[in-house]
Amino acid sequence: MIDRALRILLPIIALALAVLAWHLVVRIKEIPPFVLPSPGLVFATLISDWPILGASLATTLLTTLEGFLLAVFGGVGLAVLFNQSRLAEYSFYPFAVILQVTPVVAIAPLLLVYLSQPAAVLACAWIVAFFPVLANATLGLNSVDRNLVDLFRLYGASRWQILRYLKLPAALPYILGGVRIAGGLALIGAVVAEIAAGSAGAGSGLAFRIAESGYRLNAPRMFAALLLLSLTGVVIFFALTLLSQLLLRHWHESAQQQQA
Amino acid sequence: METVAATGEGTKPDAASALSPGTLAALCGVGKIFPNGVAAVRALDLDIKAGEFLAVLGPSGCGKSTALRMLAGLILPSQGSIVWREERAPGDLSFVFQEPTLMPWATVTGNVRLPLMLLGRDKETAAPRVRQTLERVGLATFAKAYPRELSGGMQMRVSIARALVTDPRLLLMDEPFAALDEITRFRLNNDLLTLWRELSKTVVFVTHSVFESVYLAQRIVVMTPRPGRIFDEIVIDAPYPRDESFRTSAEYAALCRKVSQALAAAVAKSGA
Repeated sequence: MIDRALRILLPIIALALAVLAWHLVVRIKEIPPFVLPSPGLVFATLISDWPILGASLATTLLTTLEGFLLAVFGGVGLAVLFNQSRLAEYSFYPFAVILQVTPVVAIAPLLLVYLSQPAAVLACAWIVAFFPVLANATLGLNSVDRNLVDLFRLYGASRWQILRYLKLPAALPYILGGVRIAGGLALIGAVVAEIAAGSAGAGSGLAFRIAESGYRLNAPRMFAALLLLSLTGVVIFFALTLLSQLLLRHWHESAQQQQA
Repeated sequence: METVAATGEGTKPDAASALSPGTLAALCGVGKIFPNGVAAVRALDLDIKAGEFLAVLGPSGCGKSTALRMLAGLILPSQGSIVWREERAPGDLSFVFQEPTLMPWATVTGNVRLPLMLLGRDKETAAPRVRQTLERVGLATFAKAYPRELSGGMQMRVSIARALVTDPRLLLMDEPFAALDEITRFRLNNDLLTLWRELSKTVVFVTHSVFESVYLAQRIVVMTPRPGRIFDEIVIDAPYPRDESFRTSAEYAALCRKVSQALAAAVAKSGA
């Protein structure tokens, strides 16, 4: 009980102390706002600039969500394809690896040449996010209990039945692990692409606001936008952790720790 | 209706009619060489009689599991053939593995229903049969539990219920109780004998335990180490029901000694 209270209270106290320290440093050292704004000013800017920042947040969120969903369905879909067809795996896995190991910052300018800007940003979010889903789902689909596969074969199960009732459920914990990583990475991909696109002159996402505010030395707005990005990342992480807990709570060890 | 559903070479169309009366299936000169060159089983001849409790006894790695898997049709023999008196249909043969091999994401009911689902029965028509089978293994109150909430012995009961749910003729068991503690193993031995007597199934029970094979079986086939061949066959004619008084009897001890000696001779002969 005490442990539980500490787990919730301590991070809040630590965070509050950090903000207080930030406030005091700005106050005592008399740092000008365009170098380091005080937390109060950042918060005030967040409210006063909300019409701009809110719209930007919505843009970034939409891109992140679309990139994330494409990554989840694309990653799982590709993993299933690779699992069913060795030829497909041998042929296309190298492409997935190449996409993954090439830094997305370097791909973004090229994509902006070929695609419209929203599509390019979305493509970046997808490229960054899909590989962990593919890799984890592939691992999961290959980690099925061999005896259970034999059991399914004994009763004449079709490939579809083995996939639907055995491989996919068995791979679920692995897939969810990949999905949790993909959630954060989709945001990173969207931000990187927005920054790359921002220098090309268009865009309205949060990362674009940060770049734009940087040019204008509007540090309070930069911080406000950054704060929103962090919060978005935290919310995504907790939402996906919760989803994972809900789906696995009955049977997988990873979802049992809370009760221990 | 006598047909052949055999695998491997050398199967003649009239092979089924060549089976001696009362034989459910027969392994005829069956051998298995794995792609890595290991000969697991060689020239295995074995008749399985309808309704019998047959134990296959041998040291670890003697190919007895391989023989069982070939019988189940999970792997194909490299030589010889397996002849069935009647054409095999899905669900008339079931397999119990060393581990419970349950789907951790499904409830006890879901796990036991699996074979029926794979055979195309829907939830509603399968439900009474699943409930009845769970009652038979004493797990009716755990129908909604998940495997991780059950003890090892109870998980094995679920595994046995799953094997019985299609009402198979032949039950293949691959050292099913080897990982359990002795008290649980004794109880499951007794329950298995009860099930066998009440349901009149044919059971082929692979084990490396002399004591377990003598307690359970009507007939014990002793195998040599790899490549596995049949070394000896011992009939255990002690009457059923067998219970704790049989387990502690002088007759049981004498039979165990006899089977132990056969097993030791089988191991010595191969020089392992």
